[in-house]
Amino acid sequence: MTYRLAPIDKRPFAAEREDDFTVIGSVVQRSDARGHVTGRTEFFEDVAPPGLLHLKMHRSARHHARIRGVDLTAALAVPGVTRILTHADIPNNLYTPLKLIGVGPDDEPILAVDKVRYLGEPICAVVAESEAAALEGAARVRVDYEDLPAVFDVEEALAEGAPLVNEYHGQNFFKYEGHHCRRIRFGDVEKAFGQADHVFEWRYESAPIEQAPTETTGCVVVPQADGRLRIHSDTQACFFTLDNTALILEVPFNRLRIVGGTVGGGFGGKVDVTVEPVACVAAMVTDRPVKFVYDRDEEMQVSSPRAAERIYIKDAVMDDGRIIGRKVTLYVDSGAYARHTPYGTTKAAAHLPGPYSIPNVWADCHCVFTNRTPSSAMRGFGVTIGDFALESQMDRVARALSMDPLRLRLLNAYRDGDLKAHRKVAEGTALVEVIQKTAELVGHELPEAYRRMSSTTREGL
Amino acid sequence: MAKLRGRGYASVNYPTGMNLGGDPSQALIHSTTTGTFVITLSSVDLGQGIKTIAAQCAAETLGLPIENVLVDTADTDTGPHCMGTFASRGTHRVGNAVIMAAAEARGVMLEVAAEELEVDAADLETDGTGVIKLKGSDEKSIHITDLALAAHFKHGRTISGRGIFLKEPSTPVPETGEMDPDSCQAHACTAAVVEVDDETGVIEVLELYNVYEIGRALNPAMATQQVEGGAWMGLSHALFETTEPYYPRRDHGPRDFAEYLMPGPADLPAQHSLFLERPAGNGPYGAKGIGEMTANAPIPAIANAVFDACGVRLTAMPFTPERVLRGLDALRQDA
Amino acid sequence: MPSQIVSLVVNGEPREFIARPGTTLLTILRESLGLTAAKRGCAQGSCGTCTVLVDDRPATACLVAVETVADHSVRTLEGVASDGNLDEVQSSFVDNFATQCGFCTAGMIMVAEALLDRDPDPSEEDVIEAISGNVCRCTGYRPIVIAILDAARRRREAGVEPGRPAEEAVSR
Repeated sequence: MTYRLAPIDKRPFAAEREDDFTVIGSVVQRSDARGHVTGRTEFFEDVAPPGLLHLKMHRSARHHARIRGVDLTAALAVPGVTRILTHADIPNNLYTPLKLIGVGPDDEPILAVDKVRYLGEPICAVVAESEAAALEGAARVRVDYEDLPAVFDVEEALAEGAPLVNEYHGQNFFKYEGHHCRRIRFGDVEKAFGQADHVFEWRYESAPIEQAPTETTGCVVVPQADGRLRIHSDTQACFFTLDNTALILEVPFNRLRIVGGTVGGGFGGKVDVTVEPVACVAAMVTDRPVKFVYDRDEEMQVSSPRAAERIYIKDAVMDDGRIIGRKVTLYVDSGAYARHTPYGTTKAAAHLPGPYSIPNVWADCHCVFTNRTPSSAMRGFGVTIGDFALESQMDRVARALSMDPLRLRLLNAYRDGDLKAHRKVAEGTALVEVIQKTAELVGHELPEAYRRMSSTTREGL
Repeated sequence: MAKLRGRGYASVNYPTGMNLGGDPSQALIHSTTTGTFVITLSSVDLGQGIKTIAAQCAAETLGLPIENVLVDTADTDTGPHCMGTFASRGTHRVGNAVIMAAAEARGVMLEVAAEELEVDAADLETDGTGVIKLKGSDEKSIHITDLALAAHFKHGRTISGRGIFLKEPSTPVPETGEMDPDSCQAHACTAAVVEVDDETGVIEVLELYNVYEIGRALNPAMATQQVEGGAWMGLSHALFETTEPYYPRRDHGPRDFAEYLMPGPADLPAQHSLFLERPAGNGPYGAKGIGEMTANAPIPAIANAVFDACGVRLTAMPFTPERVLRGLDALRQDA
Repeated sequence: MPSQIVSLVVNGEPREFIARPGTTLLTILRESLGLTAAKRGCAQGSCGTCTVLVDDRPATACLVAVETVADHSVRTLEGVASDGNLDEVQSSFVDNFATQCGFCTAGMIMVAEALLDRDPDPSEEDVIEAISGNVCRCTGYRPIVIAILDAARRRREAGVEPGRPAEEAVSR
């Protein structure tokens, strides 16, 4: 066998495990591999119902503008174009995907009404007999814009007098139970700064990142004999898509059926419900199957990326390397709409201050609206960029104290029974052991006292 | 002009299913007349392998070979509810639901076997070969194929089960952030070895050491796929990826794979990976989620390795040659 | 431009269809011939998920106007297994865990087929160069490189002659 197999070291935590298994822990062949290597795995776009119509979107050419008028004449004249949908065709043209778990307000039109808030925002959907005709039709839609000032920087967006991005929120930040951000308040961080031997404050930032799955976002909607719609989709969450789509269509949930489950990469990018509602409206008004699949450029620039973040971390540190206070101000760039970013921002707050036991923690995590493509879920969102900042910070603190960066981490690593900043008691911790094992792998010498540390005891602290 | 080598570390934890709870997933399981068990789900496989993992969990719980298990997903007409594939929740939530469903089905299976063999169900055992037998006896046994036929045509019993996993919803306290957001935490430490070309600003990642504590590796080969594929994505995030190269300025944006840069097969570091396992009490056979976290630790490990190599502290992602060169220029000016 | 009748030899079988000039080979394969193994990942030739072999050489089918390859031989993933038996590349991809989401797999395998038909003993660098036009977002490439090298070894051990003709089409 030549396949990659990382070994398992069963010595740490040996007392906590049992190994009396026949299938669990074994290398079992992937059940989907044969389908993949023969080309028989069915992805949504491999469905080809007869009479299929194609949908392509005309999208905003401006970052922030009022729509003075939309002229469909030239687009409708393209041979093969059968229908053009505007906001007036969408039964419930305003949504937010997290409404299903009680998060509001609805803040995003399915198709733009009187305003666009980001470059690439959908304005109208051209339905045609061929993909080429749909693209041609979409290219011939004429929109008359009145430009509005746009804001692209998270801190500028929160400043006095910034252009208002999203009227449904009324301010350029998402409100958490009336508060301007998601907060962590644990201990007394200002007192910690007063007692600290050192105070370090640094800034970190990232830019938006695309999930870039090889299969783009899309669906094929097929009207059924019983009047229902069958939706072949590459969604990451079938019922989440079904429920949101039904609310937008204002139809009973059982009118819809999602068939999926086999997706050509998601990485979080296929959790938003962006193609199914419009495709369903098109299928309903034409009573024919409709395909709406993103082109690669739409996937790259219009589908929601991982949010850019800007993070300020201020640490109170003692001479011996103990971090006694950590203050974090974090801005998450939500783009023009909320999507899943308010939840990602909460996730960012819950992750602070990283896997370390710090007795005083203060965090303000802002979910900020700007005139760019709405960000949403991506692999580890709320945590990935935070980890970049937190672990860069740990390295810098260690260097500032002339300390071994692994010893600094071992000294501050959370152990079983520690209280996290969000007031949950830590259990099943293993940060100490993964650090020790890494040191061993690369030949990084640790003193005996550090090698004897454990997640389950207070030894060496 | 030189290539400067450095090593950097990052250690992280990652929440399994950080949804603040309230995110259920269900599983149904039933035996066909010949003893194939069909797991019905509406869960989505993005390539992480939930179809395979669900089958392994069911086979282990039933005490049957994996060849006796099929997974049917995802059709909302037939599959019970699943919240979705995100938040590293799939293995944890769906695995637990499948185990619960399979345990119920196993109970019926043993009851019917007890009737067939005229023994007490509590005295029966399975060994993963497809046989249900009396403990300590090779005389009294029945194969699942015969048992399933008998259950259906003779006893009128459905060998089936229902499972659900729900973590209670938690609402954060707005003043303090007090909350119970997740189910467990997986852990990782990455060491990155890099070479920085001080003339071009190009960073080459030579080696990545990944140590992961993931509760239990239900399928070690697939867990390795996640760790090493995710490390590649972390490397890609660190060095190349963004849809807005001049963020927050919005005037440039890559539109295809020719412009949206990612490391290719010629740009791969050597990866050395190792698993530790500290089974989670609430995880399926102790497993924690690792789908998302595998991209995380490499990013700061690379940033810290670059500093170790050349003294440039990169604070903005991605770590482009331009940013490295500007950092080197600043160091020269300070010197 | 009026539609015209176009002939191709697909997986060893002569096929005819009506196509408007400029229609891509990918569209014909997927929509006219029902051969959906080749995927559409970008329609710009930058991801390789649609790679097929034209006269035994890899081509991104999304960029090939079908009339330009009229009467040529096209090989797709559907034509790789014979009588339901996986070939060495396919079985090696399975055994080496070289698939995750599966969307890039068809293109990767076709590139590998062409490489191994040309060179039964490629170096790691040869493999890397061969797949460098194919994007994978899941695996980090290493398992794919390993699988192709392993497939080459399996072929040599099985005594498979390089440059063998295309297999007959597998009925789906």
